[in-house]
Amino acid sequence: MNETVLKKRKFQMTMLFLGVIVLTYLSAWVTDYGFVSSLEAVPGAMVWMASNLLVDGEALGKLPDIMGKLIETVFMSIAATTIAAALSLFLAIMGSKTTMVNRAFGAVSRFVASLSRNIPVVAWSLILLLSFGQNSVTGFLALFVGTVGFLTRAFIETIDEAALGSVEALRATGATYWQIVSKAVVPQGLPQMVSWVLFMIETNIRSATLVGILTGTGIGYMFDMYYKTMNYEVVALITITIVLSVILIELLSTRIRKVIL
Amino acid sequence: MQQITRQPTVIRRTRAGKINIRSGNRVSLVLRSTLWTLGALTILAFFFFDYTGFRPLQAIPETLYNLKAMFLEPKLSHFGWGEAAMQVAITLGLGALATVFGAVFAFFLALGAAENLSVPWLSKSIRVVVAFVRAVPTVLWVLIFAIAAGLGSEAAVLGMLFHSVAYLVKAFSEAFEEVDPKILEALRSTGAGWWQTVVHGVLPSTFTYLLSWTFLRFEINFSVAVAMGAAAGAGGIGFELFMASGFYFDLREVGMITYMILIVAIVLEVFSTRLKSRVYSAG
Amino acid sequence: MPLLEVNGLTKSYQPGNPILKDVSFSVEAGEFVAVIGPSGAGKSTMLRCLNRMVDIAEGQVFFDGKDVGAQNKKGLRDVRKHIGMVFQHYNLVPRLTVIENVLHGRFGYKSTLQGVLGRFTEAEKQKAFELLEKLGIAEHAYKRCDQLSGGQQQRVGICRALIQDPKIILCDEPIASLDPNSSKVIMDHLKTISIEFGITCIVNLHQVDVAKDYANRVIGLKKGEVVFDGPSLLLSESFTDEIYGMKTAVETRELITV
Repeated sequence: MNETVLKKRKFQMTMLFLGVIVLTYLSAWVTDYGFVSSLEAVPGAMVWMASNLLVDGEALGKLPDIMGKLIETVFMSIAATTIAAALSLFLAIMGSKTTMVNRAFGAVSRFVASLSRNIPVVAWSLILLLSFGQNSVTGFLALFVGTVGFLTRAFIETIDEAALGSVEALRATGATYWQIVSKAVVPQGLPQMVSWVLFMIETNIRSATLVGILTGTGIGYMFDMYYKTMNYEVVALITITIVLSVILIELLSTRIRKVIL
Repeated sequence: MQQITRQPTVIRRTRAGKINIRSGNRVSLVLRSTLWTLGALTILAFFFFDYTGFRPLQAIPETLYNLKAMFLEPKLSHFGWGEAAMQVAITLGLGALATVFGAVFAFFLALGAAENLSVPWLSKSIRVVVAFVRAVPTVLWVLIFAIAAGLGSEAAVLGMLFHSVAYLVKAFSEAFEEVDPKILEALRSTGAGWWQTVVHGVLPSTFTYLLSWTFLRFEINFSVAVAMGAAAGAGGIGFELFMASGFYFDLREVGMITYMILIVAIVLEVFSTRLKSRVYSAG
Repeated sequence: MPLLEVNGLTKSYQPGNPILKDVSFSVEAGEFVAVIGPSGAGKSTMLRCLNRMVDIAEGQVFFDGKDVGAQNKKGLRDVRKHIGMVFQHYNLVPRLTVIENVLHGRFGYKSTLQGVLGRFTEAEKQKAFELLEKLGIAEHAYKRCDQLSGGQQQRVGICRALIQDPKIILCDEPIASLDPNSSKVIMDHLKTISIEFGITCIVNLHQVDVAKDYANRVIGLKKGEVVFDGPSLLLSESFTDEIYGMKTAVETRELITV
């Protein structure tokens, strides 16, 4: 009995590994990917980076401009995340099985969240760029739309985990729906939700770079400009500032998380 | 006795003499100040924005019109269905390569990063490197590799690999750290070496978790690959999306491509949610 | 007129598999009633039909002269605010303080806005502290509920029910998650409350001996039907066997408690 289980398991593992190998070869074929050439490219790339991505005095002169764009980008991410969080909280309350008003609302809210999450931020950026033009609002909206989907899913999970028992108890005391939501569901889920918001701000600063390249805004646009004119010293400086700001925010949110969770 | 019952001594009062019902502990203080700060920064943000060419009265109806054209009248015009399927396959392929390679590298690095399997200096340094790698946006990695290694799928996969590894190292090492210490102790007491402990103790008890995390990363890598196609010229359906919107201004094609991406993404999401719930209900 | 009257209550979650079958009984004000029966007998569902936490499918429940099943939203709220409820898993909000959790019992008396803003009168707060004092946990008033032991949390749950000024308290397995000592404390408190404040108590229990010790009256449920209803003194061993289906089960149970 035990031996057959083991044998079956071994068979499954072998099939899985074979499947992964086939998948890898198939992927390499379809994408025209060379295993050898990519391995060969790595050392060269490292050398190139080490010799070209060096900040010099001239690049440092651009620092005030870079900082301006960086601050714009950070603010864009924070604003997009916070406002998205407010909407997501509402959608999550409508969409969670614990606090759902009725099935139709629940389905609509989950559908909206799924749509916003699964249409990539790239598509939103490109769509919004067409009519909103090349400015911060476009970047803000693109980040906002993507964040709503992600946070709604996260908030629904938080609510489902947090509040089953106390919701029942408050219903039994004759509390109204919004009393239950504001006094049992939200207080219990809030720390976890704030933690998700902090995580999303950090993610959005990185996404903002991508959105910026596509929509010509913020730090991403600046990166793209110097990248295309092959001014790699400035490219390096921009990268460093992005890394520092992301790490700074990550450290800050780790400290906050330690207290509240 | 009676008096004490009527006036419990533990009551805390506010300055106005009212009974205080909040605990006023550190947790709620930090929580509150975090929320206020985020709110203030959000309001402040709108003063830092660059509003060049922003005309909301025109932009909003225009966007609605565009969305209508995209989603209600989707149509391919610059390439056929076969080509479209091929482009989706390329994007999936890029995602798959980055995920598979990422999982292999991440497995070994996570063994080094897990506190119960490694030595402190190694686990600390891996964590620091991973934090740095995570802080650089993927698109920057891809663009840098594009010049450093020449443009092509190799650059895209290598660029995406960085984040995949960083993400999976974090997930894998956390899974390893949750392995029951008794299992490790039992194996060590039989004289098993480090690799034997890993292969017979750690791997069997975490394998399904690793698989579910890897698949979740594949789901993420698909949308990253779309983004890289659009922003870094890495090819695939993302590049077609970029061309349709930024070059041909063909909204209906943008709509069709968005639908294709949406369908793949939802299929992947449903699959990974199923896998996750199966893993958690079994484990 | 009895405080609570249940007529022909029938309920099923799946068609053809009723969990309650034609349950009828009435309870006078001030009674202490224990509902006993094995798990799956429908005790929990029956209790939840009394304040319509579970919808009443067939039959009627009259509380204080009102047909509970016929109430609209507002009427139901009015019914519920006079019915306290105590749960097996306490059902408190773990991150909030004890005193905040107790005051949650007042929401039935407040407008939505007052509740959302957390406006409580000084008299209500004072009353909350008095109840905590009465149940011996006033010193923990400003602690978070998740820092309390199970028995202490259950006492918070009882305070939350009492601050409603209830006419009746429904207790769903209040001691099933507690150790013997805490169980005794909780049951003693419930008994005191019922005698001192004249509040009617209906308590779901699975321990027959506890039911006999504390209740004046026992209702035995088996597979959704009332098989015993009478003074706890008359609950003989043969009836207990009847309720629990087999003799051996009771014997094993006793062995474990000893």
